[in-house]
Amino acid sequence: MTDMVATNETILVVGGGISGLTAALEAAECGKNVVLVEKNPSVGGRVAQLYKYFPKLCRPSCGQEINLRRLKANKRIRLLTMAEVRNVSGTAGDYDVSITIRPRYVNDNCTACGACAQAVTTEIDDPFNYNMKKIKAAYLPYNMAYPQRYVIDPSIVGSEEASKAKAACAYDAIDLEMQEQTIAIKAGAVIWATGWRPYDAAKIQPYGYDRYPNVITSVEFERMMDPFGPTGGKILRPFDGNEAKNIAFIQCAGSRDRNHLTHCSRICCMASLKQSTYIGEQYSGDADARATIYYIDIRAIDRFEDFYRKVQADEKVHFIKSKVANITENRESGDVVLHGVDTEGYHRYDNTHDLCVLAIGMEPSVRADQIAANVSADVSGFMQMDAANGAIYGAGCATNALDVNRAVQSATAAALRAIQVVNRVSSAEA
Amino acid sequence: MSDVNTAMVQKYRNDFLKEVEENVEEGHWVKMCMQCGVCSGSCPFGPHWDHPPQEIFMMIRAGKRDEVLTTESMWMCTSCYNCIVRCPRELPITHIMHGLANYAHRLGIAPKMNPTRRFAGIFWNNIAKTGRVNELALSLKLYFMDGFMSGIKKGLAMMSVGIGMIKTKRLNPFALISHKGVKNPKELHVLLKKAREIEDRRKGIAS
Ligand SMILES: Cc1cc2nc3c(=O)[nH]c(=O)nc-3n(C[C@H](O)[C@H](O)[C@H](O)COP(=O)(O)OP(=O)(O)OC[C@H]3O[C@@H](n4cnc5c(N)ncnc54)[C@H](O)[C@@H]3O)c2cc1C
Ligand code: SF4
Ligand code: SF4
Repeated sequence: MTDMVATNETILVVGGGISGLTAALEAAECGKNVVLVEKNPSVGGRVAQLYKYFPKLCRPSCGQEINLRRLKANKRIRLLTMAEVRNVSGTAGDYDVSITIRPRYVNDNCTACGACAQAVTTEIDDPFNYNMKKIKAAYLPYNMAYPQRYVIDPSIVGSEEASKAKAACAYDAIDLEMQEQTIAIKAGAVIWATGWRPYDAAKIQPYGYDRYPNVITSVEFERMMDPFGPTGGKILRPFDGNEAKNIAFIQCAGSRDRNHLTHCSRICCMASLKQSTYIGEQYSGDADARATIYYIDIRAIDRFEDFYRKVQADEKVHFIKSKVANITENRESGDVVLHGVDTEGYHRYDNTHDLCVLAIGMEPSVRADQIAANVSADVSGFMQMDAANGAIYGAGCATNALDVNRAVQSATAAALRAIQVVNRVSSAEA
Repeated sequence: MSDVNTAMVQKYRNDFLKEVEENVEEGHWVKMCMQCGVCSGSCPFGPHWDHPPQEIFMMIRAGKRDEVLTTESMWMCTSCYNCIVRCPRELPITHIMHGLANYAHRLGIAPKMNPTRRFAGIFWNNIAKTGRVNELALSLKLYFMDGFMSGIKKGLAMMSVGIGMIKTKRLNPFALISHKGVKNPKELHVLLKKAREIEDRRKGIAS
């Protein structure tokens, strides 16, 4: 991998989520050479962690499968996983980039047979499931992971466990001598698609995410619905493992708040509307099952208003116009009690729920002003369009809190801009 | 109705929000409220308010001048600052509540018998006199605020606390005759008068 050839006609794409994948594929399918750098052991990003997509409520895995086929079929894309860009310097058409690649300890002989995982007993937190589950220290990040190649967690390297894994592998795929390496490449244009991360819910002190087991985040709730997820597809209360039926959703958890993120994360209203349909799906016909959405105002962005109407008509879903002031916990039952005053009549309430889902805000996973000198960031750290950015173009949630549809549109736009830059470089050199 | 009040009604007509913005401490923040309700839900005295802060802000914008200025609500604020800490828009709610209460008082239309308002008056007169609070005089004034019999009753109920305070030298039992104020109270009075003039000028009240 160190012998990679990249020139000023290469497009570097940073981040292999839906936006980075799209940008890389669009550019490569137009005949450009692309280096795609992904921090995680596999591509797919946050979308791979979703159970269903709004608005159509289909499974994200099918769209991902199409993209993976396009990726496998394309020889112009060099994919680097477990890799992070350290430094970008230069100007449009002429960038120097240094990339650090962490050791996977598994080479491409791996057939994903899983013998190493069976040999190992050490368990680690599973980041794909937001640490709600343990996995073996030799693991495949998730079933559809690409590349389909196991990872040995660095925590066991040098121990008996790692040797066991190595001995169990029949394909000589485990290489415990792998080292971290830093490589330098050239690029004509950079597409920055490092996406978003959930805001740290523990910082919203009155909601007690750090104190009450039955207060969880929307991203965790999404994982619960996955049949391969931490709860096997059931909505279970972390407090006692019982089924949760009376579920509260708190909107703007960390968003639109000068104490936290000032921006509207834009997706969380739709995410909660979507997730409220999961309750009907899971407990159809059960009169006890209900979702209660506490909101300041519902922002079902543009054409999603009809999705909102559909959910409003659902008798299992209730709406309370109020930002919850604080949450307390019933220590014996683990139930959570939401306290507040509603805006439609100023009624005080103290409502008990089985489980409370915080519709957590989205913040950029890398602040744009940390990418390179001159790259322009808005107050929240999202990348802004600015001539000073040169040929570093933002795509997807690195530029704003976007849904997949808009993320993909922005990725295509970024690819087109990058293509024009490397075309200029080629014509100058020809 | 007081003259100041009539003058203000004439000056602002239907624009109560503007009146608040121009005359109430931190009043210019009122328009920033997005009606989320966190302040109302966070107030430990919330259940006792006729109109919680969120509603007060809406009433101001709706021009409900009399209802706002004559309510006891903002006098309920104990300055716990829970609302300020949590307000997503960082409104200085506590200060606005005190500002509104003070404005209503200045206009002479604040609820006459409101205990917070009366206590504030007693406290101010007490401390302004000598520059130091005369705790004995303050407690007596407070207890006898509602008449002689109720004063005796309250005094008896608090007797053990009072004796405890005297024993631990937290209360001077002879303060009515030997209260020690600042060295030169006259200078203090001049100073306070000047401060009042400046403040009145700032608030547009001719004195
Ligand atoms: C609860 C919830 C539910 C949602 N549900 C839906 C839905 O139903 N429908 C919908 O359309 N949208 C939904 N969204 C929005 C959706 O998740 C985003 O639109 C989507 O993830 C954007 O993709 P992206 O590629 O821009 O970012 P990401 O998915 O965040 O991908 C970014 C990639 O970059 C990688 N990366 C990060 N930092 C670095 C680095 N320094 N170097 C290299 N690589 C890096 C990451 O590992 C990741 O693979 C939901 C969001 C939330 C919060
Ligand atoms: S999308 Fe909805 S929940 Fe999310 S920040 Fe905006 S208004 Fe709040
Ligand atoms: S918390 Fe702030 S924004 Fe919310 S209702 Fe109160 S004053 Fe308005």
